[in-house]
Amino acid sequence: MIDLIKQYWQSYLWGSPTHVSGLAMTLWLTVSCCTMGFALALPLSVARAAGPSWIRWPIWLFTFVFRGTPLYIQLLIVYSAIYGLEFVRNTPGFGAFFKDALNCTILAFTVNTCAYTTELLTGAVKATPRGEVEAARSLGLSGISLYLRIVLPSALRRALPAYSNEVILMLHATSLAFTATVPDILKVARDANAEYYLPFPAFGIAALLYACLSVTFISLFRKAEQKWLKHLSTT
Amino acid sequence: MTNSREFRSVICHLQFVILLAVRALIEIVRRCRFPADLMKNRVLWVLPLLIFLCSLSPAKDWKTVRFGVDASYAPFESKAPSGELVGFDIDLGNALCAKMGAKAVWVENDFDGMIPALQARKIDGILSSLAVTEKRKRQIDFTDILFATPTRMVAKTGSDLLPTPESLKGKSVGVEQGTVQETYAKTYWEPKGVNIVSYQNQDQVYADLRSGRLDAALQDEIQAEQGFLKSPQGQGFAFAGPEVVDDEILGKGAAIGLRKSDQDLKTVLNKALQEIHEDGTYQALEKKYFDFDVAPK
Repeated sequence: MIDLIKQYWQSYLWGSPTHVSGLAMTLWLTVSCCTMGFALALPLSVARAAGPSWIRWPIWLFTFVFRGTPLYIQLLIVYSAIYGLEFVRNTPGFGAFFKDALNCTILAFTVNTCAYTTELLTGAVKATPRGEVEAARSLGLSGISLYLRIVLPSALRRALPAYSNEVILMLHATSLAFTATVPDILKVARDANAEYYLPFPAFGIAALLYACLSVTFISLFRKAEQKWLKHLSTT
Repeated sequence: MTNSREFRSVICHLQFVILLAVRALIEIVRRCRFPADLMKNRVLWVLPLLIFLCSLSPAKDWKTVRFGVDASYAPFESKAPSGELVGFDIDLGNALCAKMGAKAVWVENDFDGMIPALQARKIDGILSSLAVTEKRKRQIDFTDILFATPTRMVAKTGSDLLPTPESLKGKSVGVEQGTVQETYAKTYWEPKGVNIVSYQNQDQVYADLRSGRLDAALQDEIQAEQGFLKSPQGQGFAFAGPEVVDDEILGKGAAIGLRKSDQDLKTVLNKALQEIHEDGTYQALEKKYFDFDVAPK
């Protein structure tokens, strides 16, 4: 077991400058996918909650498809099936983008978390008390400024606890990344296990690293909740 | 052989006797008032002897042998369209068990989880093109070599790639995770600037070789020929360069992996292997799958 740790600790944490792996890769996947997914979900959720119906239905379909199918299958489709199409390979920009396994993985994860986040934020936007909106309108706010100043700040506050769940779920979902050959924590654990045949230490270390990441994210979200949800605290 | 078997079965019956003995012991202990009385009782001296005799009996008589197999490696092990396991390894395992008078049970398992499954006693042997290597020998035991097949690289037909780090510099080479080929490529090629990509199974390697993500793939030569190059998917691909030889990492051949504690199973399997070589069963199976000799030299 000592040998295993001695040989693999660096791969578990960050790999090497040329071959990033393990914790660093998992963290990068989680942070980049959640950031981009959130940025995309914000306008989509407003459009889904308050847009005209020709915009609402496509967004509903999008969230339905990506929440209704397993992430594993989405990843396989983005990684294997799309690049298997000849016209994708032959289109210069597409070809180069989809050839890289990391691009495919980030794309699949981003779209997936975007669908969940859209649904989550839509609920929060719809739950805005009518009175707040009426008060804002009576003060002369409308359109974009109504959303930017009144609806979204309160909706995001309401969605914060649920969104922290989504981030943790996304973190755990990144363990699928090796399906597309991206060397995340689980891939290093499989390597260590294949070499030493010690499944307990090999996968135990991986579990521990995931747990550390989870705890970090949870405590960050708790800090955020303390700051932005102060008015809800019971003390 | 038969004599010793009969002797064993007699001893197995003693297990029934020991149950009675334990009951007697409980009775005696209940009746003795002082510990000193216990020492005088002669029956008590017979008991350890009985226990000793029973411990001689084998834990298992190998009526069934559970083989672990990762069915993604044609022609050695793969799945027929009906879902049935087929391949050289499967036929060999069934033939060996027939010789031993045992039944072969096939358990499907991922290749990289095979040795843990063996040690966790989920299976009794690994019969899945498992190459004999020094590293694996530290963990498990092996039977005699079943077959010896070389390692060779596959690339697009007409490519001038060779299995050397100089030729492959900057290229992507796919390997299956947990195989000796992965260790080889990571040890000798990756430090010299070759991009080695590990996959969960061999089918994915070929899929990405076809799609163009990989420039080459490194695996067992016969597997590549039968499982890929001869199939319609393998059109436009060919072996690149000569066979890769390396006794230390790539090993000398494949054998059945066994627990170190199951020496009796090793003995009977080796004996059966010798028998199927002698009576021509091995050669018949070999002909069914290959047009050349794969028997160990």
